[in-house]
Amino acid sequence: MTDLSSALQIAAPEVTLAVGGLVLLMIGAFTGEKSTRLVSGLSVLLLLAATALTVTGPLGQAFGGTYIADPLAVYGKAVIFLSAALAIVLGDVWMHRNNMAKFEYPVLITLSSIGLGMMASSGDLISMYMGIEMSSLALYVLAAYRRDSLHASEAGLKYFVLGALSSGILLYGASLIYGFAGSMKFDEIAAFASNNPGPGLIFGMVFLIAGLAFKVSAAPFHMWTPDVYQGAPTPVVALFATAPKVAAMILIARVLIDGFNLAHFQWAQVVILISLVSFAVGAFGGLLQKDIQRLLAYSSIINIGYALLGIAAGTEMGVQAMLMFMTLYVIDQFGFFAILLSLSRNGRPIRNISDLAGLKQERPLTAIALTVLALSAVGIPPLSGFWGKFYVFGAAADAGYWMAGAAGLVASVVAAFYYLRIIKVMWFDAAETEVKTDKAPAVPQWIGWAAAAFAFPVLLVALTWLEPLTKAAAAGVGVG
Amino acid sequence: MDISLQHYLAVAAMLFTIGVFGIFVNRKNIIVILMSIEMILLAVNINFVAFSRYLGNVEGQLMAMFVLTVAAAEAAVGLAILVTFFRNRGDIAVDDASVMKG
Repeated sequence: MTDLSSALQIAAPEVTLAVGGLVLLMIGAFTGEKSTRLVSGLSVLLLLAATALTVTGPLGQAFGGTYIADPLAVYGKAVIFLSAALAIVLGDVWMHRNNMAKFEYPVLITLSSIGLGMMASSGDLISMYMGIEMSSLALYVLAAYRRDSLHASEAGLKYFVLGALSSGILLYGASLIYGFAGSMKFDEIAAFASNNPGPGLIFGMVFLIAGLAFKVSAAPFHMWTPDVYQGAPTPVVALFATAPKVAAMILIARVLIDGFNLAHFQWAQVVILISLVSFAVGAFGGLLQKDIQRLLAYSSIINIGYALLGIAAGTEMGVQAMLMFMTLYVIDQFGFFAILLSLSRNGRPIRNISDLAGLKQERPLTAIALTVLALSAVGIPPLSGFWGKFYVFGAAADAGYWMAGAAGLVASVVAAFYYLRIIKVMWFDAAETEVKTDKAPAVPQWIGWAAAAFAFPVLLVALTWLEPLTKAAAAGVGVG
Repeated sequence: MDISLQHYLAVAAMLFTIGVFGIFVNRKNIIVILMSIEMILLAVNINFVAFSRYLGNVEGQLMAMFVLTVAAAEAAVGLAILVTFFRNRGDIAVDDASVMKG
């Protein structure tokens, strides 16, 4: 039985989360709604414990190579679990403000992070599919979490239908890959694909990429994103924008770079095309948006385009750039959503960009933080967003895709318009209403300020340890 | 006439296409969309089992079992979301799911 026990040690983070998640569900179910705070706190601790287990746990392969714990998976899972914990913390405030405090929220996030962790460390098509579904099923419910709201249930329904369709497409691709390569395991598929990537295999691969592109909301598979971002509760959107994206990006890197190593030429074309379309849709789609969360949806589409550019490069440098970009992007997004959560007027959350008018007088510190975050999203040099793009464009140019990188630069100039509009409304427009913003809840406000502080001064220090960390995580993942 | 792998693949491809079209062309009822999703998953299962038999490799059948399980869970979650939507909207026509646009 030593085989099983060593496998369980390697898979300890997910096992802990699964057992802990079920225990928390039982606590919630038996003590009712008064236990919400307790369950929230415990699930944050559980996610932190899972992060610690991930970072300190043994590396290797478990369950016959279907579960891989390598530096890439460890790095990804640390980011995923910490983002999930942060989403629970942010959610707590939102739930109490809207009288929606229910213990299911932290439990659902815990359960979905098991699936996200599985995605990051899947070694074959079965564990990949199970990871995707385990996370998605919990996320569908979270999108419709506010069940008395028409917007939220419509968001949940759209997310469910399009998510299920994308899993179907992904699965069809997986079945073709299995049939033509004769194996589910990524390394055996790679060995087969190196000899003859025939049309069947390429066909399956394209289906697989399409399915995964749905999950990361890359255009032209982005149609669910704006509606879900607008309709779902704000802390849930903060989760959607971060953890699942990181997990799916790592999965794409693993499937394409590990599984289709020598078919790089074929898949790079598809990925480059997807990222170019994402640039266009993200940049132009956001121009006319009024709803902030809808705007952030388009911003996430364009940012996923940048991250995909890193993967398309296919080199170790490209994967490192992708990890770096996603990490900085996740922190930036949490800043945005935390500030959004901390603001309200008369108990009503701020939804439209025009609601930000007059923020300069009322909350100067928050206005400064939001300005820093928006400028960072534009990619103004010393801020964090610039460094993410710097690494990605560097990797793309290094792999010979400098034209796509140039298109990305153009797109970020266009997208600058809507970030700058947020800044303009905040600093130069007079408030439309007499209603002042409410006293901000402390936790999201501090998270927002911290993210803004990270985007500028802290980052310059943080880069010195993020750089070697991402380099180590990307080591060995590359074409050739 | 022998029934070969190609025949199974053709049936699965047709079912898959019908399923995808069922989602996009259907303008009436969301339940039909759920049925189309089910059809896509079953088409994939035919593929997996046919390939598994053809390759003499049991992994495909294993995957088919997982897909069946997930399909059941997915239908449960989907119907639950549909019920909340119906409570808010009073209807489950596809065209009604359009509060948000842009």
